[in-house]
Amino acid sequence: MISMDHVSLVFGEGTPDRVEALKNVTLNLERGDFLTIIGSNGAGKSSLFNALSGLYPPTSGRIEKNGSDITKWPEYRRASFIGRVFQDPLMGTAGNMSVQDNLTIASYKGMKKLRISLNRKKKSEFRDLLAQLEMGLEERMTDNVGLLSGGQRQALTMLMMVLSSPDLVLLDEHTAALDPRNAAKVLELTSRFYSEYELTVMMVTHDMRMAIDYGTRLVMMDRGEIILEVQGEEKSNLSVDELVKRFHDIRGKDLTNDEALLS
Amino acid sequence: MIEGIFVEGLIYGIMALGVFITFRILDFPDLTVDGSFPLGAAVMATSLVSGLPILVGLALAIFAGALAGTITAVIHNELKVPSLLAGILTMTMLYSINVRVLGNKANLSLLKERHLIKVLLEATEGIMNSSAAQLLFFGIIIILLITALNAFFHSDIGLTLGALGGNERMVVAQGTNPKVLKIIGVGVSNALVSLSGAFTAQYQGFADAGLGTGMVVSGLAMVMIGEFVIRSSKIHWLLIRVVVGAIVYKAIMFGGRYYGYMIRLTPTDLKLVTGLLIIISLIITKTDIGARIREHKKRKASR
Repeated sequence: MISMDHVSLVFGEGTPDRVEALKNVTLNLERGDFLTIIGSNGAGKSSLFNALSGLYPPTSGRIEKNGSDITKWPEYRRASFIGRVFQDPLMGTAGNMSVQDNLTIASYKGMKKLRISLNRKKKSEFRDLLAQLEMGLEERMTDNVGLLSGGQRQALTMLMMVLSSPDLVLLDEHTAALDPRNAAKVLELTSRFYSEYELTVMMVTHDMRMAIDYGTRLVMMDRGEIILEVQGEEKSNLSVDELVKRFHDIRGKDLTNDEALLS
Repeated sequence: MIEGIFVEGLIYGIMALGVFITFRILDFPDLTVDGSFPLGAAVMATSLVSGLPILVGLALAIFAGALAGTITAVIHNELKVPSLLAGILTMTMLYSINVRVLGNKANLSLLKERHLIKVLLEATEGIMNSSAAQLLFFGIIIILLITALNAFFHSDIGLTLGALGGNERMVVAQGTNPKVLKIIGVGVSNALVSLSGAFTAQYQGFADAGLGTGMVVSGLAMVMIGEFVIRSSKIHWLLIRVVVGAIVYKAIMFGGRYYGYMIRLTPTDLKLVTGLLIIISLIITKTDIGARIREHKKRKASR
């Protein structure tokens, strides 16, 4: 459904600070895939997402959706089929607006219409959806989002993301800034929404255990390249030790920050 | 006299609503106001002098203001300059344009024209006095505008404009082009400012190219004074308090003009007073002094 064909992303070309954030990345995603991405800091995980979401247009290569070229689409246009959740819970919601206002804005993608769609029926729909989060947000629909906790905001962001049923979901370490309890909650939501809304998910994580336990495919990145891809039975039989060993075999060096990866 | 404060407050309140939209909702500090206010006055005056109906003049003024705002937003969007610089550019260019619109003159008298206020006073003659008629008329206009803006900010696009000021990334993530939203927001804002200028020209009986000097600062003062009077986060209160702030501001200016001589204040000092009003507002809201005053009040209240 979504494919990246020999995509490179270079910053500061022609200067001593030249950084190759993505090197010749080729990746194919089919509908229903749940791809987890691991790698140490600076491996290119976020750059991969930025290239896909359109924040940074690739220096070379091609990005396609269902066969049509979307390489040059600006970010807001790609957002019409991509839902992205960031590590920072503040980024996905507007803190100066109420919970129901945020949900209204998220209820359909693209340019908003000049009509008032937040009516009684919509409110009761939102109330039911919020109740599913089991965080008591259904009682706080008129509160400004800025008053919510990080965990509540991230859960709301997840809900807003699925409201418009995006074709592709990018989760950028979306539980890393949360306390363990809220992180578990948001992860549970991730699994639930994945099956309930039949999503296609890419999830970046620092946590190898999480990358193995969740999803149908796993890729490992290092210095802007995809160095390893496993799926199916091979993935479910994987262990953290095995992953670290395979990294060593491929790159001829140890994982630079095992601690960060294993935490 | 008192009615004058209210009428002027209501007319300038329309301008303050425009300033409120850019500064508070869009988080897009826009200085176009200093140019779009006299633009509205100039377009209105020239329309009347050339014999166009009043409603056509008002419509042209609204359109001209929206266009000025659009230009500022496009400069900001496409040339990637801060909103302040984009606004200053448009405002400066508008000075020349306003003189052109006035027919290469710095001002244009409307004494001989059948303008809105004259028509209004003719229609209400014998029913009510002139101050009451103007108060009623502009009161109705403000109520209509606030009702329309309230509905607009409850619409999907209005909510998204609100979100744009809080978190632009979120708006992009919802598939909405922030450039288009900025054009709409700044356009609506300057349309209101220009309409306010058009009413002002008819209220005072002339249009002047220098009418807009310091306008955005007084608009901001009105917005900030309003924020003291009513504390709320509901959009209808936010809109209403802007107009309340405008009336209070006009009362302060009135006091300065009529009783200022006692402390040797001249009319030209009023811009200084306006600036000081804003600085005092900022001191109270943004520094420890303000926090201490509020705490002191609270302690007093609980005692």
